[in-house]
Amino acid sequence: MSQKNKASKKELSPIDVYKLLPKTNCKECGEENCMAFATKIVNREAQIDQCLPLLEEKHSKAYNQLKEMLKPPVKEVVVGIGEKAVNLGGKLVMYRHEFTYFNPTAIALDVTDDMSEEELMNRINKTQNWNYEYIGYTLKLDMIAVRSTSNDPEKFKSVVKKIIHNTKLPLILCSLNPNIIEAGLMAAPKHKSLIYSATTENWKSMAELSLMYNCPLVVSAPNNLSTLFSLTKTLLAYGVEDLVLDPGTFANEGLTDTLNNFTMLRRAATKNGEELAGFPLLGIPMVVWNEQGSTADELIKWREAYIASSLIIRFADIIIIHGIDGWSLLPIAVLRQNIYTDPRKPVAVEAGLKEFGNPDENSPVFFTTNFALTYYTVASDIENSKLNAYLIVVDTEGSAVDSGVAGRKLTAETVAEAIKETGIETKVKHKKIIIPGKASRISGEIEELSGWKVQVGPRDSSEIPKYLQDKWQP
Amino acid sequence: MPHHKTKEDNSGISLDPDIMKLLAKFQEIEIEDFELEVGELELRFEPGMARRILPKMIKKGLKVKPSNILKTEFHAPINSYSGKIVEVQLGATKSEGGSRGRSLIVGGETSPAFYSFESKLNNPPILTLDVFDMKVPLSKAVKMHVKEVVDDPAAWAELAVNKFGADMVTIHLISIDPLLKDATPKAAVKTVEEIAQAVDVPLVIGGCGDPIKDADVFEEVSQTFAGERFLISSITQDMDVERCAKFINKGGHAALSFTPMDLNLARELNRRMYDFLDKKDIIMDLTTAALGYGLDYAFTNMERARLGGLMGDTELAHPMSSGTTNAWAAREAWLKMSEEWEPRELRGPLWELTTALTLLLAGVDLFMMMHPAAVKTLKDIINNLTHGKKVNAEKYLDWISIKSSR
Repeated sequence: MSQKNKASKKELSPIDVYKLLPKTNCKECGEENCMAFATKIVNREAQIDQCLPLLEEKHSKAYNQLKEMLKPPVKEVVVGIGEKAVNLGGKLVMYRHEFTYFNPTAIALDVTDDMSEEELMNRINKTQNWNYEYIGYTLKLDMIAVRSTSNDPEKFKSVVKKIIHNTKLPLILCSLNPNIIEAGLMAAPKHKSLIYSATTENWKSMAELSLMYNCPLVVSAPNNLSTLFSLTKTLLAYGVEDLVLDPGTFANEGLTDTLNNFTMLRRAATKNGEELAGFPLLGIPMVVWNEQGSTADELIKWREAYIASSLIIRFADIIIIHGIDGWSLLPIAVLRQNIYTDPRKPVAVEAGLKEFGNPDENSPVFFTTNFALTYYTVASDIENSKLNAYLIVVDTEGSAVDSGVAGRKLTAETVAEAIKETGIETKVKHKKIIIPGKASRISGEIEELSGWKVQVGPRDSSEIPKYLQDKWQP
Repeated sequence: MPHHKTKEDNSGISLDPDIMKLLAKFQEIEIEDFELEVGELELRFEPGMARRILPKMIKKGLKVKPSNILKTEFHAPINSYSGKIVEVQLGATKSEGGSRGRSLIVGGETSPAFYSFESKLNNPPILTLDVFDMKVPLSKAVKMHVKEVVDDPAAWAELAVNKFGADMVTIHLISIDPLLKDATPKAAVKTVEEIAQAVDVPLVIGGCGDPIKDADVFEEVSQTFAGERFLISSITQDMDVERCAKFINKGGHAALSFTPMDLNLARELNRRMYDFLDKKDIIMDLTTAALGYGLDYAFTNMERARLGGLMGDTELAHPMSSGTTNAWAAREAWLKMSEEWEPRELRGPLWELTTALTLLLAGVDLFMMMHPAAVKTLKDIINNLTHGKKVNAEKYLDWISIKSSR
């Protein structure tokens, strides 16, 4: 089955959308005119529901046409309720450079129904409180997967109750036994939890539960995409619309099949318009805990972390993890943030002089490059330490300090020019500039060319406060 | 089923009430978007009911619930590509005119990285480990593994090959930097000689970043070690490209063409070398940024380059190299953080590994790396992705009931 009329992102132009808009230029959407709105729609920066005239009955045909046109090849499935609800999938493209990826891979941590009260609460709290500040973003975890290891519906029910009492994070209810799942759903009937999972054995009961409680459903067919397709087709026919696909996650020599399956499914959905592949994909790095044996915990967490990362790169929309250590979760969370950054955003920020706090004629002067990440890192370090300082942003065409020096984008000439152009000479009376430690190679040349005294600063901007304390005198 | 003519026939849509007979004419009927195979439908109609219910069912596509699995096939979506990544040989054995124990080949891909459902990988990516010819700042997590050898490049190279499993060794000739020790080309040759004696793997010759000094040193090394097929790392836009390409060609080496994250510049630099070097003599380095500090740019840039090369852009159809050691530029790789993020002895190498793995999946063929744990794991991953086996999938769902108190 393929649906050719579902436009892949690239084929869609603002004109296509504009044609179907009411063309009232009423500005109710906040845009100057309908064409501007159409452009925003194509760039996925606005929703068609923001066009109020379009919602009128007489435009219902155009509205439906637009809805269909804008439908992503990978369906968006919502899990949970309220502000912590998670959107899965909704992908428009296979490769991020083709447009951008929406809905970052949701990260779920697991708990079981026979954990001690203390351990359960500990894991719930660690999951919901986990956060890391990173260049202006707060990285977080998204969901809790509740596994039934007791196979006792009553136990499962009471654990689910306890969890929803203590967190608003959406849940994944995990058991192949429909009675267990039903017990969990009864404990949280309106929470729109994700049900794990429908298999060739239990699909009918799981489908009934999914429909009855209006919950999205995972379809599992380990390493067999024809079975996965058959089940998906069956469940769709049964009336279950919100599906999540689980082709299986396998460690070690199984990684080949795992990545192939994810890649084939995503390609089938985005490039071939294959509807049965057009659902969010679930990866389960925690399968590595299946083989724990005598292997050291650290090794299992290490393995789990890199499998998670490979799945984030290879199209997973949601992953379930067991290891809760900061050292293993941090690279995963940062990678996810990186991969889901909008590639349409420029690499470089504007060059020039930035002021922090209330700098005066005795305040220190730093410089950094205009590579966005370098700039934001340095800026947030200066900001967070509440310093009064000047920061000259040198135009390195978006190179970081070390690669700028290596690639001759950051040279004594460009620094001297920036010092001159920013007019910093009129703002301070000391003529001293603190340069990044990684630019120490060109310190002599900068002094020579600019006439400013160079102080070589720390190699990492996190050490700026300490550096100023020890080494700064106007 | 008998045909009961009733009043309702006139008000509703007229439909042959013998639905089973009607359906039997077709292999499948389409109800909305769904294709249902007839034999699998659970339809029990009272006579006369059908014409009232079915139109509704067809409209909603909901009420006909299948009772058995509707079987269908998945067909692997295979692409064909007009381009192929060139194969570049690194190192030369005695019979090939050098003195290395073996030579290696990178490149030759005919599909995106590890799309093994589509085509088999010809040459698995390889790893070269960094050795420096003078003291450089190293993070604690790295230093603890090499502290015995940091003053002895030859011993460092031996450790990299014999203990850490390096396929190649990169000697970074930092000391030639005019702003540091300004060591002479002859001194650099001596260092290279020591390493070439100590290990018999192919070598990468790294410069200091000064365009003039690097060219002088590379020329000396290229001449002295003619036939060894070293990888000269690197040739940049602001060097005398013609001169460099000529002496690399004369010495029978390979060039690493380095550009700062811009595919147009990469194409341009490669073009400038084509007059003097064969395509099979060029590997490109499109710049590696660390996880958390621009890895997204590096990843997408490399992924685009690889897809471009496969789709026929010959100026990008070169194997790719990554200075993965740059991962250690991220503060999260080396910084002592609060207790919840420790130990950094694990966080650091995982940072390097994650950076490497990301770029492995973008198509990198040659990794320049540092930490032995990251190196070991990346090798294991490459091996698993190259020699993957059909797994026993039956046990997979057992993950639900893993008993773990860890």
